[in-house]
Parts: sequence; structure tokens; C-alpha cells
Amino acid sequence: MYGLGIWRGLQVTLTHFVNTYLDDIKWGFRRHIHPDAFAERQSLAARGVFTVEYPDEKLAVPERFRFIPFLVVENYDHPDRPGYDWCTSCGICAKVCPPQCIWIVRGKHPDTGRPKPEPEAFFIDIDICMNCGYCAEFCPFDAIKMDHDYELASYDRTSAHIYDKQKLSKELRYWQSIAPTYAEQEADARGGWEHKDVLKQRDKAAKAAQAEVTDKTD
Amino acid sequence: MSEQAPVAETISPTEEALELLQKRFKKTVRRDDREGYGGIVVDASRLEKVAAAIHDDLGYDYLSSATAVDYLGQGDHVEMVYHAYRIAGGPALVFKAQTPRDEAVLPTLTGVWPGVDFQEREAWDLMGIRFDGHPNLKRILMWEGFHGHPLRKDWHEPFFEEELKPFGSRWPDGHVQRSEEHNPYGKNVQYPAEWSPEAYESPAEPAIYDNINLGVDVRTDLATDRVIVSLGPQHPSTHGVFRMVVRLDGETIEGLEPVMGYLHRNHEKIGERNTFIQNMPYTDRLDYICSLSNNLGYAISIEQLMALGARYEPPTYRAEVIRVLMAELTRIVNHVWAIGFLLNDLGAFFTPMMYAVIERELILDFFEATTGSRMMCNYMRFGGVAADIPARIRGVANLINDRVRDMNTMDYLHSLIHERLPRAIDQLDEYLTTSEIMTNRCMGVGVLTRDDAIAYSAAGPVLRASGVPYDVRRAEPYSIYPDLDFDVAVRYHGDVYDRYLVRLDELRQSIRILKQVLPLLNDTDGQPVFTGRGVYSPRVPAGESYGRVENPKGELGFYVVSEGKQNPRRYHVRAPSFINLTALEQMCKGHKVADVVAILGSIDIVLGETDR
Repeated sequence: MYGLGIWRGLQVTLTHFVNTYLDDIKWGFRRHIHPDAFAERQSLAARGVFTVEYPDEKLAVPERFRFIPFLVVENYDHPDRPGYDWCTSCGICAKVCPPQCIWIVRGKHPDTGRPKPEPEAFFIDIDICMNCGYCAEFCPFDAIKMDHDYELASYDRTSAHIYDKQKLSKELRYWQSIAPTYAEQEADARGGWEHKDVLKQRDKAAKAAQAEVTDKTD
Repeated sequence: MSEQAPVAETISPTEEALELLQKRFKKTVRRDDREGYGGIVVDASRLEKVAAAIHDDLGYDYLSSATAVDYLGQGDHVEMVYHAYRIAGGPALVFKAQTPRDEAVLPTLTGVWPGVDFQEREAWDLMGIRFDGHPNLKRILMWEGFHGHPLRKDWHEPFFEEELKPFGSRWPDGHVQRSEEHNPYGKNVQYPAEWSPEAYESPAEPAIYDNINLGVDVRTDLATDRVIVSLGPQHPSTHGVFRMVVRLDGETIEGLEPVMGYLHRNHEKIGERNTFIQNMPYTDRLDYICSLSNNLGYAISIEQLMALGARYEPPTYRAEVIRVLMAELTRIVNHVWAIGFLLNDLGAFFTPMMYAVIERELILDFFEATTGSRMMCNYMRFGGVAADIPARIRGVANLINDRVRDMNTMDYLHSLIHERLPRAIDQLDEYLTTSEIMTNRCMGVGVLTRDDAIAYSAAGPVLRASGVPYDVRRAEPYSIYPDLDFDVAVRYHGDVYDRYLVRLDELRQSIRILKQVLPLLNDTDGQPVFTGRGVYSPRVPAGESYGRVENPKGELGFYVVSEGKQNPRRYHVRAPSFINLTALEQMCKGHKVADVVAILGSIDIVLGETDR
């Protein structure tokens, strides 16, 4: 019969319409307040309205989420090296960066002029950055990581969108808070929560001390 | 593989065809014996004859890709590379023709394969090869009046910095500079001699309209119903900045010319500046609905090249399983999106699309947790994938008002694939398939016959809706598809309705594949997912490769020429939504204006890929 197809289709629309209200009733008309409601509304069990009412509610992003890199620095209350850069200015991130949005000035010893493992300046043009995550993926020192903060709107791109070292630097603690699992995995791989080079030096010192002790006993 | 070589040496069908050609055209056909290359090089003067023999006598009736390579400094010729296939399946027959750079002319092959039309226009536009006898040889991605041919190796863009990445100015003395600052007007931009911006009149618009002229002078001949209408580029029904100039008789389409390139950014030139691995995130931006399948195509084509070298390990089984999982989920994402938007184009404004997009969101949640991004996934690597599937899909609260979810990934996938998606597809089917509005608008509209579909190199659902069961996953299998059980969806009317039905069928086939993939995923748990060395500059031996995958929109191919350096010499994308448009005029002729929108919607184009 002509029109039957439309009628069947409209039933689907009606189901969606009714489901919205059933969902409302299910949460006692407190869909946006009930603590468990959000996780269910945004899961496979979702039946009613599926939208998220940004900015009153936001989907927390997963740990692997990547949005604009930041530089890991030692915690500001670190006993030995507070706020110390993890970056050694080796330049791998600048070389692998597909849109070439990373600029690094390698640090130099003021007396000798020889390069030292520390960036003098570090810039990222966030207008150019394509959030691919290669810098974090290929960094051998876990010194550059992808951020989770995607709310970056500003009034003037020319003055606000080139991030310098100060703006890019964030404590190791921050990385631990946004990606607890991966921060821990990386620390395990390095052998501790410190920077790779610090751990290496500590190892060396420990070995040297060990050798001294054995020397003495001999 | 070499250990298990068959005792009796069998000649592959391609070898046989090549030998036949060499016998028949002794003087004009020679083997391409450069290292890492294959196929034959045909003398330009006899190209048409040889092509006709390949098509008519050898049965290579489907021309997948035609593109040009600039060999500046290596013989100083430009080379046209053709990949022809048999529609029954099997490997490609590759043939090439060379012509000097200064005076690049080749005969057109539009008489043999009409589907080469746009690709030859592209080669003229970007590489400057003139095709003798081409019916409409105009620029296609750049505008008429543009100076130079951008893909030539000696052509530099206005923001040109260096020939190859990484640029030297970034490290170790990387003092930041915006590109617009070091490019004041005039500097770095090439203008032809004696050109003045004041006196310049762009020939771009007249060139579009000339081809499609009315044949009447409206000033004297006003008693006519024939008009030219420009549909788009800023029009919601064109899915982006796509434009169609149509000649109408009353409301009936008499002629149609697609105008594109509004989103052109010379993806291929960028790709040639990039190192091999740097290009992976750029492939996300081609067909931005299906970034993961684009990744897969590119990874496959580079892996083909890497396999020529000594130190290459193919991806592990788990990596392949994850790749297929991602590719098929992407197909679902794309098809629900395409169906939703087709309904949009038909006037069912946004309701069906919103229902369809809910499932897409759920899949994207999984993508985001696994790859780090919802759409620009950048997930495949040469030799596997970037990271294993996470144990849990879990948000971490960071911003104000962040709401957290925490789900087990395998459970999530299981109920997504076994319950949620099949139910949603059934619902979509019930909602739309029998609807009279849908059937009235779509049945018998935009018919593309079987022969035309093959001749015009249509691909994907457009080809399969015309009764050709051609699917790269079966015709030239890659990854683990040979182990999987699925049917190639095919329908026979070739109209808009059948293209919709093919997409619906493919959704169900994808679910069928995913149901087989899930146990494999469980079995291979714990295996590594990446066999490469994890370096940022993997070694890619010299040679050429053409890797193709069955993308949701059709056959996506990457033709890459490597010189054994860090950057490719040539990187070409065979974009399905670009080549599918070749047949658009054919489909639209005789229909009404309103149908054009439906037909375009049924081809399912994405301008990021069309314009590249």
C-alpha cells in the first residue's frame, strides 16, 4: 500500500522521540545532575538524546588524546632540580614534525660555546601544529608530550599563538595527572621517575661507589 | 617465500600479457628495467595502439590510475604511468610513456578508457603534459590562467622554504618566524614576464562557461528556456566547496561540468617535500571521514617498497587484525554518514543523519581511545600500528565540567559489533529503504550502466551498484582479507537507490567481518603490534609501488616513487571521489536539477580527497 513505507519510517522517529522521555523519567528528570547518568547516556546503552551539552558538561578525553605538545619539566618542588627541562635539545621532534612547527635554539655553554643538552629557546606555532603526536612518539627522553587541553581560543592569533618555552613547560606532575597509565609505563621503562640522564648518572655513580667499595675490600 | 617456490615455473598472467605485447610491438615496447620498477615503457608515438591492444585484446578493461612523474635530472623527461586491471581480478599491468620535459606531448587515451579523462586533465594541470586529442583539455584543480605546472620539480610555491623537510631553519638555531612574515608581497612568487596585475583579466570563468555554451545569444534570442546554472561552490548539497555548471533545457539537464579545486592544497607536492613517515598524518586529511583506511593504503604502498630491501619484517598478525578492525569500523562510519547525508540531500533535513551519526560517535569514541584522535587518527606505521588497543576506554578529567566514562575496551567492542551496530543498521533499513519518498526520488535516477561504470573507472559502491562485483579486498587481496569470510555486495540497476542499497549491504558485510575479527583479536592478545625499528627515518629502498585498498568510497591507491632517500620523488593519490566524478555528467544527463543533488549525494564525495 502506498504510504506504508513512510508510516514505518515515522514509527522509527516516534520511537526515538518516546525514548527521550523514557530516559528522562528513568533518571527522575535529573539527566544532567544524576552522577551515573552521563556515563550511561554516552555509552552503548544510550537510548535517549545522545548529545552532550557543552560547556555545561564535557566528555573527558582518554589518556592517549593528543592536542598541542607541551614540554615536561621537573616538578617545581623537586629537591635537586626544580623546574629543570627534560628536553636535551636533540632536535628529533623538530626533524620529525610533519608541518615543521617546532623551532629549537640549542643551548650553549657561555664560556666554551659548545652545545649543552638543554634548550635555550623552544617555540611551537600552534596554528601550524597538526596534532599528529610524532614529537611525543619519537622523543627519546619523554620530554615532550601531547596535552589534553583543547580550549585554546584567543582574540589575536599573531600575539598569542606562538608558544614559547615558558608557556609550553608543564610539570611532570601534570603529565602524571592527565595520563597516569602511560606516565607509569614510561617511568618503568626508564627505571624511575627521574629524567633518563639523571638515572644514568646515578647508576654510574652507584657503580663507581660499588667499585670503590670492592677495591677497598680487596 | 622464496623457499617455497613452485617446482614447475608458471608464468603469471601479467608476465604473459607483457610478453605478448613485446612480441607484437617489438620496436615500440620495452621492459622497464630500472631497479625496483616493473611493467613496460611504450614509445609515445604508438601509445594509443598499444593501449588499445591492452584493452581490447588482453582484456585489461579497467584503468585504475594514470599519473605523471617528473624525472628532472634523471633523463629530463616526464613519464605517464598507467595501471590497468582486469575487472575479473588479478594484478595490474603497468605501462608507461615518456616525453621530454620541454615539449611534453602524449596522445590521449580517452578513446580507449573514458575514465582517464580527469586524470589526464590533472596531469596536464599539475605536470604540464599536453594530451593530443583530449576533448576538453583544461586545468582541473588549478584555475585556467594559472602560471606553471605545480608538480614539476622546479616549480616552487609562494611560501617555498626548502626543497625537502626537515627544514634547516628549525634546529639547532630555530628562531621562530611566521611564514607570512618572511614572504612579503612579490618576493618568492613567480610571475610571468610582462605580467601586470592591473591589466589582468582572468580567463578562468570564461573557460568554464565556453565549454558548456548555450549555442544561443541571450541578447537576441530571448525566447529560449535554455539556461546555464552554476550550482555551488557554496551550497550545502555539494558536500563542500564543489561546483557544477549545468546547462538546462527548462529543468532538464543537458550538460554538466564539474568544477573543482577550491580545496586544493597540492597534497602531492606536500607529500614529496615530506619524509615518508611525515606524510602519514597528511593522509588523514584526504578523505577525512575515513582517515584510518587512508593510513592503511599509504602504509601498504610504502611497505611494498620496503619489502624490496633486506631489513624488512612484515607486520605481525595482530597488527593486521587491528588494521582490518579499524578499516571495517571506518567503513561503517563512512557508510552511515553517506546514507545520512544522502537523505539530507533528498530533503529529509538532518533527522536521518543524526540517527546515523550516533553510531558513528560510538565508533569514534573507540578510535579516540586507541589512536588519540577522533578523526585525524594517524595510527598506522610501516610495519604495524602505532599502539595496541588500550585495555579500557577511560576519560581523565582535566577541564572544568569534564564527565568521566570508564569502559572495558573488548566488552565495548563486543557489544558494539554484536548488538548495537546490527540493531542500528536494521533500524536505518526499516526507516529508509521502503519509504516512498526515498523510492520515488531514487529509483531509476542517475543510472550508470555496467559498461559505462567500468569504462569510466568508477570505483567502490558506484561500481558495485552497476552490477560489477569488483572489490579490491577480493580482486587483489591485502592484509588478512583472504582469511575472512564475506561477500562482495553487488546490485544491478546502477541507480541512486541501488547505490544506497549497496552501502547498506556493505554495512552488514562489515559487521560480518568484524564478528570474525573479534575472536582473532582475543587470540592474538599480547603479541607485538609493530615490527619496525621505531626510528623517525625508516629506510625505503629505491623503486616504485602502487598500493591500493578498498576504501569505503572506492579504490584508493598510492603510487610512490622512491629514490632510496628520506623523501619520495613522486607521491600520487588515486582518489576515488575524484575519479568517480568522471561519470557524473553521464549519470545526470536527462534528469532534473533536483536529481543532480541526489546523484551527487549517492556518489558520496569528500572534497578533501577530490581536490587534494
